[in-house]
Amino acid sequence: MNCFATPGREFCLSGAVGCQCTHAVLKDYNAEGFFDEMVAETGKVRRHYQKYAQRLNAIGPEEFEHRRRAVDLAFLRQGVTFNVYGDSKGAERIFPFDLVPRIIPASEWELIEAGLVQRITALNLFLHDIYHEQRIVKDGVIPEFYILSAKHFRREFIGFRVPKDIYIHICGTDLIRGADGKYMVLEDNGRTPSGVSYVLENRRAMKRTFPAMFEAVGVRPVDNYPAELLKMLNFIAPAGVADPTVVVLTPGANNSAYFEHTYLARQMGISIVEGRDLVVRDSRVFMRTTKGVQPVHVIYRRIDDDFIDPTVFRRDSVLGVPGLVNAYRAGNVSLANSIGTGIADDKVMYYFVPKMIKYYLDQDPIIDNVPTYLASEDADKKYILENLEKLVVKAANESGGYGMLMGPMASKEEIAEFRVRVEADPRNYIAQPMINLSRHPTYCDGKFEGRHIDLRPFILYGEKTVIVPGGLTRVALRKGSLVVNSSQGGGSKDTWVLFSDK
Amino acid sequence: MLSRVANSLYWMSRYIERAENIARIVDVNLQLLLDYRSLDDKGLAAYWVPIVQTTGDEELFFKLYPEANGQTVTEFLVFRPDNTNSIISSIALARESARMVRDQITIEIWEELNRLYLFIHSDGARQMWGESPYEFFQEIKASSLHLQGLSNATVVHNEGWQFMQVGKYLERADKTTRILDVRHATVPPRRSAPKAASQTEALEWASILRSCSAWDAYKALHSAEVDPQRVAEFLLFSDDFPRSVKFSITHMDRALRAISGAPEGRFINDPERLSGRLLAEFQFGTIAEVFEQGIHDYLDVVQQKLNKIGDAVFGSYTFQPFTSIDEEIQQQQQQQQQQLRQPVLVSR
Repeated sequence: MNCFATPGREFCLSGAVGCQCTHAVLKDYNAEGFFDEMVAETGKVRRHYQKYAQRLNAIGPEEFEHRRRAVDLAFLRQGVTFNVYGDSKGAERIFPFDLVPRIIPASEWELIEAGLVQRITALNLFLHDIYHEQRIVKDGVIPEFYILSAKHFRREFIGFRVPKDIYIHICGTDLIRGADGKYMVLEDNGRTPSGVSYVLENRRAMKRTFPAMFEAVGVRPVDNYPAELLKMLNFIAPAGVADPTVVVLTPGANNSAYFEHTYLARQMGISIVEGRDLVVRDSRVFMRTTKGVQPVHVIYRRIDDDFIDPTVFRRDSVLGVPGLVNAYRAGNVSLANSIGTGIADDKVMYYFVPKMIKYYLDQDPIIDNVPTYLASEDADKKYILENLEKLVVKAANESGGYGMLMGPMASKEEIAEFRVRVEADPRNYIAQPMINLSRHPTYCDGKFEGRHIDLRPFILYGEKTVIVPGGLTRVALRKGSLVVNSSQGGGSKDTWVLFSDK
Repeated sequence: MLSRVANSLYWMSRYIERAENIARIVDVNLQLLLDYRSLDDKGLAAYWVPIVQTTGDEELFFKLYPEANGQTVTEFLVFRPDNTNSIISSIALARESARMVRDQITIEIWEELNRLYLFIHSDGARQMWGESPYEFFQEIKASSLHLQGLSNATVVHNEGWQFMQVGKYLERADKTTRILDVRHATVPPRRSAPKAASQTEALEWASILRSCSAWDAYKALHSAEVDPQRVAEFLLFSDDFPRSVKFSITHMDRALRAISGAPEGRFINDPERLSGRLLAEFQFGTIAEVFEQGIHDYLDVVQQKLNKIGDAVFGSYTFQPFTSIDEEIQQQQQQQQQQLRQPVLVSR
């Protein structure tokens, strides 16, 4: 192990890239000019990755490959899978998991945490405002038009007081780092963000695979998430209910995140129900049990607004519970997240979040947005249409990497198609410069290569705001790809937030 | 416990038992035929058609295959996904049920069931089936027994577990009657018990015992001489043999009463009434009566009664009958009309 490399090279215990020592598993790694999480521009391993790199070198490539196989097999055996829509066999796939963890030093995490708390606070104030006084509109910060034209703005809930005034209880905010390594918010998911079960399962797998590393490197634990989630759900129970019955409401086994729904229910020790298990009588919600019906007080619902109650929203929904919204309005049942949060996911609203932070909190955003152009503003629209081949154009209300144009990689036809779409419906489109997401060493076909990543931390907003250290690091496994969504060839990594900075 | 959860646990357990029993039936028939190498096609069909009949899918079978032989029948009963009673379908349905109640079963059960599912869908499984059917069926049976062991040793014996017991024993009682009925076509209905069996018949009755893992137990009780009446008596009326119909019904009845809390010999709902009555028939019936009635007819009636118990379980424990979603919507809307709508416009 005490290998002193040729002049100009560090010896391998420092974890330096380029060391010829056979233990140095990263010896051929090349950051290729991108911002790399692990390897600095100088070619040296960053300080907060050094302890990890030493251990990785000690393990060596063969043993690493051996353990990787074991993990894949374990995931398959445990059925840690997601469902793929449009696959006729209803096939389940394992969510590809990369064994090289993404590491965040303590001080960096502090900053992220502060930025996320600031953001969710502003978003909840914003939602309360637009469903009540609408000061932000009256004061001219956000044009009325954008609110009224938002697809997920629920007029039915104007003036309705949600329990504890909290709209978004669970938020998954996507963070990215560009070429200079600065964190930016890519989008907020204030409806039913998924992925947290993979945070927990990835950690379990890593602990089993590299037990010795955790102590040596000093990683903050994440396993209190289910307990914190349950605490928050209990907190929002209707007034006067001492021992509330909390359930997870799932669309059913065919939903892509069904694994997660059952996982969270099991971890919290509560029932998982489908729409057909619930029944509303006299504006109260009950579940059908073998001993008759029993009252339900809090619903962690993983069904979108549109499908939650066929008497109010989509009439054709068979997933929902007729009468649920009425019970909610009567204050007999609490929902997390509240109805009407979808407007915060609108990518046009995203543009205004920094302004919300300024307006409600009188602060500057700790984490910036990605520069964004609104197609419904004349100047921006002109710029967008003139620069389509340079920009990323997104539909305001799509997620999962759908409805998107990646200008620099698109064909002439695709660009022409988006030109027509943007001109026809400018309210529904925004554009952003193409960001070269930071990269991370990732184990691909037997060697370590750089792949683009993002980060989705999960924020719980209850009596206090709780964020489990880290979150889901998603990785675009296809070489050169910037799309990290699981539906489009993305995988995940464990995210290690350190107790210290090295 | 949620009604849907109870239902899923019941079916998970039932489908596992079903897969195991089909494996038993096919396996034993394959082995039996090793002794009859001289049979022509027609002779073979006479042995395979009853196997298809045990699962009650004769019609579907002849839609899919021109003739019944070892190849077509085993393929049909093992790998055909369009046969809902095949092993592959039963395992898939068991896993699907388990997926719905993952929070109710232990990780060990889930992982084993998932492993079995991945195994039967793998190329390796088909290869194993082709090269060494014995090992293949052994794998299925072993996995089912493993799952039963896990459910006994790792699951809390609460209400949900009792539903699993009901599903398992109901399926087992049904399948044991069907296995016993396999030879009814070759054994013409007689009013009295068949006397000393020919050598061929003895082999066949022995194969029935083997299907139920009952060969050793039977020998210990009655020596190696295979007497059809004793075989039937053993599989129907044994108090202690865990695959006998009486044993299965006893345990099903016990599980049903454990769910509701009804004391022995009494009932408070339909499934208990029906199972208690059937149990009494087994407690006070004799094999002589069975043969007097004709064993096939007798078994047919038992199967119908078991079906009724299954229906009654579903009816009793889904307390609130599922109304159609349209009725429910209508009802809710009537309620809501009495309440004022909220203002809907942004006011300036």
